[in-house]
Amino acid sequence: MSRMRALLRRRPEILLSPLVFVLFVAGWEAAVRGFGIPAIVIPSPSAVLRALVGGILSGELVEHFWVTSAEVILGFTAGASIGFVLGVLVGLFPLLERTIYPYIVAFQTLPKVAIAPIIVIWFGYGIESKIVITATIAFFPVLANTIVGLRAVPRDQVELMVAFTASRWQIFRMARLPQALPYVFVGLDVAIVLAVIGAIVGEFVGSQAGLGYLILQRNFHMDMAGVFAILIILSLMGIGLHLLVNAVQRRVVFWIGSTHDRVMGA
Amino acid sequence: MGTEARTVLPAEAPALSGLPALITARALNKVYRTQTGEDVVALRDVGFEMRAGEFVTVVGPSGCGKSTLLKILAGILARSSGSVTLAGRPIEGPSRDVGVVFQAPVLLPWRNVLQNVMLPIDIQKRPRAEAEARARALLRLVGLSGFETKYPGELSGGMQQRVGITRALVHDPALLLMDEPFGALDAMTREQMNLELLRIWTESRKTVMLVTHSIPEAIFLADRVIVMSPRPGRITDILDVDLPRPRDLAMINSARFGEHVARIRAHFQSLGALDA
Repeated sequence: MSRMRALLRRRPEILLSPLVFVLFVAGWEAAVRGFGIPAIVIPSPSAVLRALVGGILSGELVEHFWVTSAEVILGFTAGASIGFVLGVLVGLFPLLERTIYPYIVAFQTLPKVAIAPIIVIWFGYGIESKIVITATIAFFPVLANTIVGLRAVPRDQVELMVAFTASRWQIFRMARLPQALPYVFVGLDVAIVLAVIGAIVGEFVGSQAGLGYLILQRNFHMDMAGVFAILIILSLMGIGLHLLVNAVQRRVVFWIGSTHDRVMGA
Repeated sequence: MGTEARTVLPAEAPALSGLPALITARALNKVYRTQTGEDVVALRDVGFEMRAGEFVTVVGPSGCGKSTLLKILAGILARSSGSVTLAGRPIEGPSRDVGVVFQAPVLLPWRNVLQNVMLPIDIQKRPRAEAEARARALLRLVGLSGFETKYPGELSGGMQQRVGITRALVHDPALLLMDEPFGALDAMTREQMNLELLRIWTESRKTVMLVTHSIPEAIFLADRVIVMSPRPGRITDILDVDLPRPRDLAMINSARFGEHVARIRAHFQSLGALDA
């Protein structure tokens, strides 16, 4: 008991943070009931919870969850891979950077929401168009961070390896690439969150399944509790994917502490 | 950097000790072109010889070209004119027969101590088994036995630099080049490292060139001290250190040591250059 008390004195937030949540939800519930706010404006937390549990039990939420998850993961994988490979090529051949990077930046400044309708026309209403949209959003942070990471190798390090008769390729493989990995992971972390946005945007534009599709449908039927339930799932999905990337990062980039400054985070 | 046309010396060069000089530099010049198009003379008419097994230190204030000289010997910087040979062959690029240590240990943080020491072996694709035995023996020599599987982040600055020195020796090079290897360490650790370096040198009998801006360090370690001056970088004196070996820290307080210090300092004072 005294250990518990000592822990709370050292880190009071582990009690305070859940307390904020409980107070917020209780206040929300009370406000909705007390002021008689209509459910089509703001649903009560209990109604959201009912919609959430009901949707999971009926399988409807689960089914659409898997569709969106597949879009996010496949689109993220494709986008991140393209971003990484392109970043490595640019890192290997500086001329390539000067030649094509302006076009990549130009493409990046284009709002992906604006080109989403075109992509749906090209790739159809199925999962393919969502994967493409997700990939176009996810690739840039990985590309940019890979390029910066490959430049981060200290000059001393390169000179030392040259002095030991290392070839360009050996310096790349033994020093620059590992040195870039922490940066790559910062890019992946940004990309995974953007990937969820990409999938939902794609589903908004035109789809037959997925959580974004379900949001539109429920919105149309003024089922606000149902929409809020999906928002909770999306937020949990984002947190889960972020934690997954972090877990992989800790294993791969084990030499960097978890408190490492993430200056490159977008 | 002329890395394409590199001189590859045999791993073991038994003939080296029989040669009169391991390194011969004649009329060496290095001119840098700055971004504004100005020419800066980093080295002017530098000439000296180093015998095999000799410990030579290069001392001088900032900008005297001592690091430039070391990089030319390491083959990572091209000279502008003049000649410089290693074991009779012109230096046209990095050599497998040279080990280098910089001021920063520049260890790879994702490699453990042993893997860091093995870096030259991996780069030069030498047989791993015997090299690893040698790496472990060298780590014992520098007092890092038991640290083989630790990562650089877990080591102190002094320990990291000892790993760096071990790495420079693992492929048994004829020549060890050190650019202010202890410059980033505190004074106490630095003295300790000087003693250790002399011990390693005594046991391994390498030819060593060490660049420093500390006059006492230059004298304490060396058989000969090359004194350099800036603008343009050139050799102003080469001093034979006649202190007996093995050296100990008490010699720093000897009269002879003081005379050596005074002689070197006089060069810098006459130039108006401040002693670092």
